[in-house]
Amino acid sequence: MNDPVVAKRPAGSGASGAERGVAAAPHASEAPIPPTPEAPETPKAPHVRPGDRIFRGLATGSGVFIVVLIGAIGLFLILQAIPSLGLDNVNFLTSREWNTTDPSNLRFGILDLTLVTVVVAVVALLIAMPIALGIALFLTQYAPRNLARPFAYMVDLLAAVPSIVFGLWGLFVLGPVLFPFSEWLIANLGWIPLFAKGNVNVQLGGTIFTAGIVVAVMILPIITAVSREVFERTPTMHIEGAIALGATKWEVVRTTVLPFGKAGYVSASMLGLGRALGETIAVAIILSTATSSFGWSLFDGGSTFASKIALAAPEFNDARSAGAYIAAGLVLFVLTFVVNAIARSIVAGHKEYE
Amino acid sequence: MSTNLADPTRLATPPTFQSVSLPRQIKNGLATALVWGAFLIAVIPLVWVLYTVIQRGFPVVLDGDWWQKSMSGLLARQQGGGAYHAIYGTLVQGLICAVISVPIGIMVAIYLVEYGGRSKLAKATTFMVDILTGVPSIVAALFIYTVWITYFGLGRSAFAVSLALVLLMVPVIVRTTEEMLKIVPDELREASYALGIPKWKTIVKIVIPTALSGILTGIMLALARVMGETAPVLVLAAYAPFINYNLFDGPMASLPLMMVNERNNPTQAGFERIWGAAITLVVLITLFNLLATVISRALAPKTK
Repeated sequence: MNDPVVAKRPAGSGASGAERGVAAAPHASEAPIPPTPEAPETPKAPHVRPGDRIFRGLATGSGVFIVVLIGAIGLFLILQAIPSLGLDNVNFLTSREWNTTDPSNLRFGILDLTLVTVVVAVVALLIAMPIALGIALFLTQYAPRNLARPFAYMVDLLAAVPSIVFGLWGLFVLGPVLFPFSEWLIANLGWIPLFAKGNVNVQLGGTIFTAGIVVAVMILPIITAVSREVFERTPTMHIEGAIALGATKWEVVRTTVLPFGKAGYVSASMLGLGRALGETIAVAIILSTATSSFGWSLFDGGSTFASKIALAAPEFNDARSAGAYIAAGLVLFVLTFVVNAIARSIVAGHKEYE
Repeated sequence: MSTNLADPTRLATPPTFQSVSLPRQIKNGLATALVWGAFLIAVIPLVWVLYTVIQRGFPVVLDGDWWQKSMSGLLARQQGGGAYHAIYGTLVQGLICAVISVPIGIMVAIYLVEYGGRSKLAKATTFMVDILTGVPSIVAALFIYTVWITYFGLGRSAFAVSLALVLLMVPVIVRTTEEMLKIVPDELREASYALGIPKWKTIVKIVIPTALSGILTGIMLALARVMGETAPVLVLAAYAPFINYNLFDGPMASLPLMMVNERNNPTQAGFERIWGAAITLVVLITLFNLLATVISRALAPKTK
């Protein structure tokens, strides 16, 4: 503060030390003054500037908006579904019928949709879970240090491929490849209901089996990413301790990484399950529509909640018919909400380890 | 002396841990093989999908018309035509979505990091962002359908699609921005406050610029993800084989919608257009992902 004042004075104008002192004196006496009134004020009432108030309001408002948004999703879906549910001539929860072509005689039930949705998701999860565990361990413990990042990037790339491309690949490429394998399973293991001959033509490949595999590929990145993050947090001390005791690589993983990351891995899988339940277009493209209802075989066709809605969407002309699909969407929303909430609560319950 | 020199060598030979028993070795080897195998298994579909898309789509997009013409006036079985209209639709819908989502997403993240603290609202918001991350795209589309089309009585349009995409994009932006804002050192904020700068200005001029590279990366990644979404366009837009500049009215094409539409076309031309659109979409998304990497490299704060 003092420097500019001094600098402004013309140099060599015979400014003696005394003169400078005089010049500096009023300044010096000025300087202590402002803090004096402010100092006692600060603890009393911090001055909130209007800019701060507005900005804080905007930020908080955005937070509230998100909370309200989720509520609104539920509310609007319920409001729109109720009239159609009232017009439903069969039991919504236990019927396998789905006929909304005549809005004056709506007959729709979700039992078949629920079963197919859950079976596709579970098949996908059963395939993806062990593989994702392996990849996460590979990326955190086994991969060469300098290659771990590019490898992780490769797995993440799977998430970047749009789901419609996976759907087309599943239908046109994977389905035909799986056909001989499916046929073999039906011929040799057909006595198990799971591998029995289904209600669609296996040759076309549009079975729960194909859909499950494709969805497994699609949920792999999310399970891997979350598990990887948890496994990376394994305390180095634990790992070093195990090594010092003479453990082999696998024993290190089994005694330190896996117990530490178990909860995270389970919740990662739940997140994957949530994705699998809601996967829309890939399933809609792959799964053949079946005329008869789902019979617990992997080689059945049918529809999941999401694929049913997606395929019917272009024909939402009557509010009553659309309401039936919105009711199905509401069930899907609740289903994914519950699964995701459980996944998050598992993570939240283990925050102390982080 | 000579014994002293010899001693360390002798001690350095590990006396007990020389050998690992055979069953343990086998288990270890098996585990290593399985873990490597899991990774290789995951790479197979990736390579396979990309190979399929490139092999079937590449010849189609080599044609200059593909990038410059729409499908206007072409019969379904006629070969040729382009995806200009669909590329336009995809980009415009993504752009509108980004314009709406970016401010909301960043403000929510600012609230969570700078203002929310451990309040109940902050906890509720974090939880709801998590839930929103898991909302299936078809449910997001149905929600916009009920609000936009049923309650407001507005027609299907590109703008409605963008609104549904907002629901899918916001949580991704919140997540990444939140992570980035948390990394910004508190010393920077304190230094700013010490200079008497208001909190909001500190956030806008100090905190956000410091985290900018990460935030932009997050936006690009979110945009890439959103552009490939198909469910919202199915529910909220109708396909048009020509270019439509009106966001609020009339059908508009996008690459996913073009693929769905051409799937019902059993001719060779339809087959070509499906894979042409697929590779175009993958290229577009890869470009955005690459851009994200470039941005994060170029703008990253220099730490050393």
